[in-house]
This record gives sequence, C-alpha cells and structure tokens, in this order.
Amino acid sequence: MTEMRWDVAPGDRPTIPASEQGASSGFLVYTIGLLLAVILTITSFWVANTSAIWAPGVPAGLAVLAIAQMGVHLVFFLHITTGPDSTNNVLALAFGVLIVFLVLAGSLVIMADLNQNMMPHTDMLNLQMQR
Amino acid sequence: MNVTVEIDAVRESELLNVSEAGPASKRVIAGFGFWIFLLSDIVMFSALFASYAVLAKASAGGMTGIQLFDQRNVAIETALLLLSSYTCGMMSLAINSRRYLPTFLGAAVTFLLGVAFLALELREFQGMIALGATPQRSAFLSAFFTLVGSHGLHVTVGLAWLVLMMVQLSLRGFQDVVVRRLHCFSLFWHALDIIWVLIFTVVYLMGVLP
Repeated sequence: MTEMRWDVAPGDRPTIPASEQGASSGFLVYTIGLLLAVILTITSFWVANTSAIWAPGVPAGLAVLAIAQMGVHLVFFLHITTGPDSTNNVLALAFGVLIVFLVLAGSLVIMADLNQNMMPHTDMLNLQMQR
Repeated sequence: MNVTVEIDAVRESELLNVSEAGPASKRVIAGFGFWIFLLSDIVMFSALFASYAVLAKASAGGMTGIQLFDQRNVAIETALLLLSSYTCGMMSLAINSRRYLPTFLGAAVTFLLGVAFLALELREFQGMIALGATPQRSAFLSAFFTLVGSHGLHVTVGLAWLVLMMVQLSLRGFQDVVVRRLHCFSLFWHALDIIWVLIFTVVYLMGVLP
C-alpha cells in the first residue's frame, strides 16, 4: 500500500518522494519527451521518402513509428504511467483504445470485404474503384 | 499535483484505506472527467479516420494525395504543433509553481504557434480549393476535409479557450477553479497533438506513398 490513497488526475505527474523531486525534473520530463517526439517525427518523414527500405514494409514502419510517438506523448506530456496511482486513467485509456480499434478494424475489414464481393457486379457500389 | 500533495501532507498522520479515504480532490475528479471526454473525442476521430481510410483511394478521377500534399508544409505544421505542445507543458509547470510571468509567456508562445499552425493549414486548404480539389469533388476529398478540418476546428476552439483562460487568470489569479480549467486545457492541447501524429502519418505520409 502506497501513501497515495487517490489516483492522480490525468496530466499530473505521480507524486514522487520530496527527496527525489528536483525543481527541474518536470522540465526534464517535457524536454526528453520533445526530443523523442522530434526524433520519431524525423524518422517518419525519412521512412516515407527513402528508397533504402523495402517499399511494401513502409506503411507498417510508419504505423509503428506513429504508435511509438503517441506512446511518447502519453507518457511524457500527459504523464499516463503504469504506477499504482494512475490505474483509473490507464483503464479509461485502455477502454478508449479498445473502442478505437473496433471502429477502425471493423470498418476497414467490412468495407474491404464488401469491395471484394461486389467487384464483379457493379463499379458504382465499389467505393475504392471509383478512381 | 500540489493539491494532492497538500492533502497527503495533512493526512500523513492518519493513513486510511482507499475505501475510507473519502472522495478524491476536485482536481482529480475534474481531470478524470475531462480525460473521459478526451477519450470520447478520440473515439469520434477514429470514426473519421476509418471513413478516410476506406475512401482514401476513391478520388473519382480527380486529384489524388500525391498531387495535392506538400510534405514540407506538413513538416512545418508538425513542428509548430509539437513545439506548442511543449510550451504548453512549460506553462503547466509554471502554473503548478504559481508563477505569473512564465505562465503568460508560455500561453503566449503556445497561442502564437497554434495560430501559425492554423494559418498554414488554412493556406493549404485554400491552395487545394484553388486547384479545384474541393470537398464536393470526390469521396476522398470529402473525407480528407472532414478529418483534417475537424482537427483544425479543435485547434481553433483550443486557441479561443486559451485566450479565455488568460483573461480569467489575469482577473482572478491562481484560484483553484482557474487552475483546474488550465489543467484541462493542457490535457486538451496535448491530446490534439496526439491526433495530429496520426493525421500526418495516415493522411500525409501514407497518402504520398507510390
């Protein structure tokens, strides 16, 4: 049992013992986050424009970089951590991610399936073929 | 954080269980409520992303992303929004230690970076519309303008909110209610940056892949 009895508000850093809490630690957290985000952004733009990477692998690479950068934003800017005083925030986030995944994956799978099944009949209903 | 720390200091002598500790502080409740709102906002954006992903190739013979998107412009927009998220974080630190000048300075820089982002985005929209790539032209463009436009609208609302909070701060000082609202604003602003990460990846970078 920690000394915290309530979860911290999202965006607040977890309470650290005063002895470990330097005056500049908050500044350091944001600056590390900024540096990581800049590195990931530059990598994303490089991956999209380089020919050094196997072309079919580029979208997957971009997706990984984007997810990593969202993680960096969550941890360093919104201070969502795995600590015991952040449980409610993480649970809410997990539920949000579940819904986002269902909406995205569900839409894409269903529409791709429809496209495949309707291709021989008519192009009008086939949104992806209206080029 | 300060509020919780103070409460902790007060209750240091009488450590209670979660079940006996009573209601959480207002900052925690307000922050958590706003967090739920942000997650529902992100769910709304996921629907817009899904429709964009489905319609991304449906350009109906019109212009496609490869012809329309300018990567340099997007890179500058990304840098502006990321930096404004960082200065917003600096502003939160100044608020936590209740210092006026750094707070106003952080807010001003955040506001200017946000305005610059919005100006670039509007100029981009204007350029696209001048080329005949209007939202009516194709399903791809409808989805594009809805998704990126919603994000731009959120940024606009955020900027108005920031101005309002600075007025409140100068009139009322660091009252608890003002600090809570400022805290919600910074959550909002960081969340917008997270959504922009997805937009520049899914729309602009994946959109120009051959």
